[in-house]
Amino acid sequence: MDFDLVVVGAGPGGYVAAIRAAQLGLKVAIIERDKLGGICLNWGCIPTKALLKSAETFETLGHLEDYGLRAEKVSFDLEAVVGRSRKVAGQLNAGVAFLMKKNKITVIEGEARLEAGAPAPLVRVALKAGGERTLKAANVILATGARARTLPDLGLVPDGQRVWSYREAMVPDRVPTSLLVVGSGAIGIEFASFYRALGSEVTVIEALPRILPVEDEEVSAAAQKAFEARGIAFRTGASVRRLAPSGKGVELTVEAGGATEILKAEVAIVAVGIVGNVEGLGLEALGVTIEKTHVVTDSHGATGVPGLWAIGDLAGPPWLAHKASHEGVHCVEHIAGQKPSGLTAPIPGCTYASPQIASIGLTEAQAKARGLSVKVGRFPLRANGKAIAAGHTEGFIKTVFDAANGALVGAHMIGADVTEMIQGYALAMTLEATEADLFATVFPHPTISEGMHEAALDAFGRALHS
Amino acid sequence: MTDILMPALSPTMEEGILAKWLVKVGDSVRSGDLIAEIETDKATMEVEAVDEGVVEALLVAEGTEGVKVNTPIARLSGSATASPPPASVVPVVPTAAITAPAPVSQEAPKTLVKTEGSSRIFASPLARRLATERGLDLASLKGSGPHGRIIRVDVEAAGVAPRPAPSAAPPVASVPASTPASSLAQLGYPADSYTLVPLDGMRRTVARRLTESARDIPHFPLTVDVEMDALLAARTRINGLLEARGIKVSVNDLVIKAAALALKQVPEANASFTPEGIALHRHADISMAVAVDGGLITPIIRRAEQKGLAEIALEAKDLAERARTRKLKPEEFQGGTFSISNLGMFGIRQFGSIINPPQGAILSVGAGEARAVVRDGQVIIRTLMTVTLTCDHRVIDGAIGARWLAAFRALIEDPITMIV
Repeated sequence: MDFDLVVVGAGPGGYVAAIRAAQLGLKVAIIERDKLGGICLNWGCIPTKALLKSAETFETLGHLEDYGLRAEKVSFDLEAVVGRSRKVAGQLNAGVAFLMKKNKITVIEGEARLEAGAPAPLVRVALKAGGERTLKAANVILATGARARTLPDLGLVPDGQRVWSYREAMVPDRVPTSLLVVGSGAIGIEFASFYRALGSEVTVIEALPRILPVEDEEVSAAAQKAFEARGIAFRTGASVRRLAPSGKGVELTVEAGGATEILKAEVAIVAVGIVGNVEGLGLEALGVTIEKTHVVTDSHGATGVPGLWAIGDLAGPPWLAHKASHEGVHCVEHIAGQKPSGLTAPIPGCTYASPQIASIGLTEAQAKARGLSVKVGRFPLRANGKAIAAGHTEGFIKTVFDAANGALVGAHMIGADVTEMIQGYALAMTLEATEADLFATVFPHPTISEGMHEAALDAFGRALHS
Repeated sequence: MTDILMPALSPTMEEGILAKWLVKVGDSVRSGDLIAEIETDKATMEVEAVDEGVVEALLVAEGTEGVKVNTPIARLSGSATASPPPASVVPVVPTAAITAPAPVSQEAPKTLVKTEGSSRIFASPLARRLATERGLDLASLKGSGPHGRIIRVDVEAAGVAPRPAPSAAPPVASVPASTPASSLAQLGYPADSYTLVPLDGMRRTVARRLTESARDIPHFPLTVDVEMDALLAARTRINGLLEARGIKVSVNDLVIKAAALALKQVPEANASFTPEGIALHRHADISMAVAVDGGLITPIIRRAEQKGLAEIALEAKDLAERARTRKLKPEEFQGGTFSISNLGMFGIRQFGSIINPPQGAILSVGAGEARAVVRDGQVIIRTLMTVTLTCDHRVIDGAIGARWLAAFRALIEDPITMIV
């Protein structure tokens, strides 16, 4: 046996799983074909947050007079904006390399393929440096992640020039004068927000009746209004018929409510979801069950093939880095014979547009669909002192409680900095707080988070400031 | 070297009795070998090894009571496993909540028994609220959260329906093991004047549940005499037909069948009280009280209304036998929508049982005996059986109970109606 555990894929699921395994005394190897840190650190969560910080700051510069300030000749240097984003990614990539070394985890650069074996499948690695290495391990965790979905039949395939995926959109050489964003999930909305802040004419196309379809309906509606106020146009309930090159740009044919419309722009960004990286691993031959490009697992990540586990994006939605890390830790602790807790912890979701959106648990509609009798609280940020002082009165906080027992079952926020606040509700839900505990918690004044207290109070008719 | 820890055989198990060792020091065990029998409040289960090795020491003597879950009970040497040595037993009859065994390194869960009000019970706010609503003592639960913290699922797994008026409900006292001795002495019974039989898990459970039931449920009895002659004749014919298959249908099996059909005819009697409303059960899952050494247990004939007599007879026989050897799985005795207790074989003429919550009623069946009956002004001899239905008045009013008994009597007195 070469290793107690081999992890395939060094994204936020895989590398965190490897560290936890090392902490538990396992001998661990991790295989990565591209860069440590995966999409999240190199091409996803982190570099986009760097871009969005630049965009947000630039947006603030646009209305400095609100704060009694003046600046002249405000402009941006796109190359420097992108350069900063890449530097941030590079810094974190090196950070992961350090963590691997610190935890004595063997990093193997190459592409893995599995073959039947016992007690776990054999891992054959086509090394980046050339040659092949076969690893025998007691357990193998697959954490190969996912990639952007393409729809060739509709022309929704990035060409790197006029049709971009998240990857091209993250390292632009120009700000397109006009931009179509296909898909209004978190990724689509974040790029729409970024490019709009830098001056693009942006239109977002969504097939479902509302934008950010996984969010609570009230949040979707408020978000659309907020983005429209910033000049972003939307086509909801609009099916893409065809994306094609046209002149120097693109032409997108959409159909909504029986009417066909042709939208033209310099560039289109394709953000129509993701597919799991299930190919090339030899999974079919091992008998791993794959449904809709994702590996089917039990709640601990077991694939049904002895010694083979799958976590993160590969194992299904929600496709979020923190969900992958959580599953990685859980899976490793289970493998090591521990009894991990927090299996059913709710997973928060965040969209870092301007304004930000953050949510956890059930939407009001989902709670009702489950037959719960609900109590719903709302608190508008325009009634919050700190929000007024900061000039961030846009947005609201909404809570959903189970009326039968007072358990908080969902929370939804839109507004400035809400992505930093949602953890309060995450903690409350994971600790199984009831309304009484949220009432009894002292929130610091003045903060926007006081609105979280008020939203809980409001669900029971006790809001103090609205 | 690997410690084998006391396993939790059910989500709520806190401690158990190490009934019997099936291995001795020096034995080699392999994964899957049976190593011990563990007795809980309701069942005895065999436990199998996960790791390989040689038994180096048995740390807990056979017959030890109150062995806390996760305490080491034996030590294996020369464990063959390479990766971390987790503790290593699984119950042969696993319950739904059993997952990987707890690791040796992990801190043993906090003892959850309240002592002198000093030790804190770790429970989530929601778990505390749900336990209060159901009248559950948190100290009686085992937590599955971090460090043994009691969380929502632990309370829900206890299987007690929420009670009507949580704030008004008095706290439920558990039965303290030490009380009888001290209080008997206080009451003037010298310690050498009696033999003290320690309370085992089953006796504690019986004491707690029936005390709660008798105290908290507004119950009333309804009694009726049932003529048995037609049923006995039918039984003779049925058993003649089944003789070739080696099946014998008892009067009790016929009573189960008739009770199940009566529950279909009067569904209001097949009910449980909950604060949200009255749960009308869709099937007649009949719990039958079986006397076992040291107590009683109520295995369940599920969907008895859909089952034939032969099937009921076979199932009842199997369940009763396994109940007596304490080999029932939890799902075989937990649940049920209606109970039957039969003391006819002891010559008891009439009695009223205590309701088995959250069920709405229990039927007490007396002995069938020849009695003088006045019919059309004549005294004639008939075989009569007296049955008493104890009803939870919150769900079953007198008229509903009476309608159920009428339906039951009609089925027994004209048994052919059971097949239509």
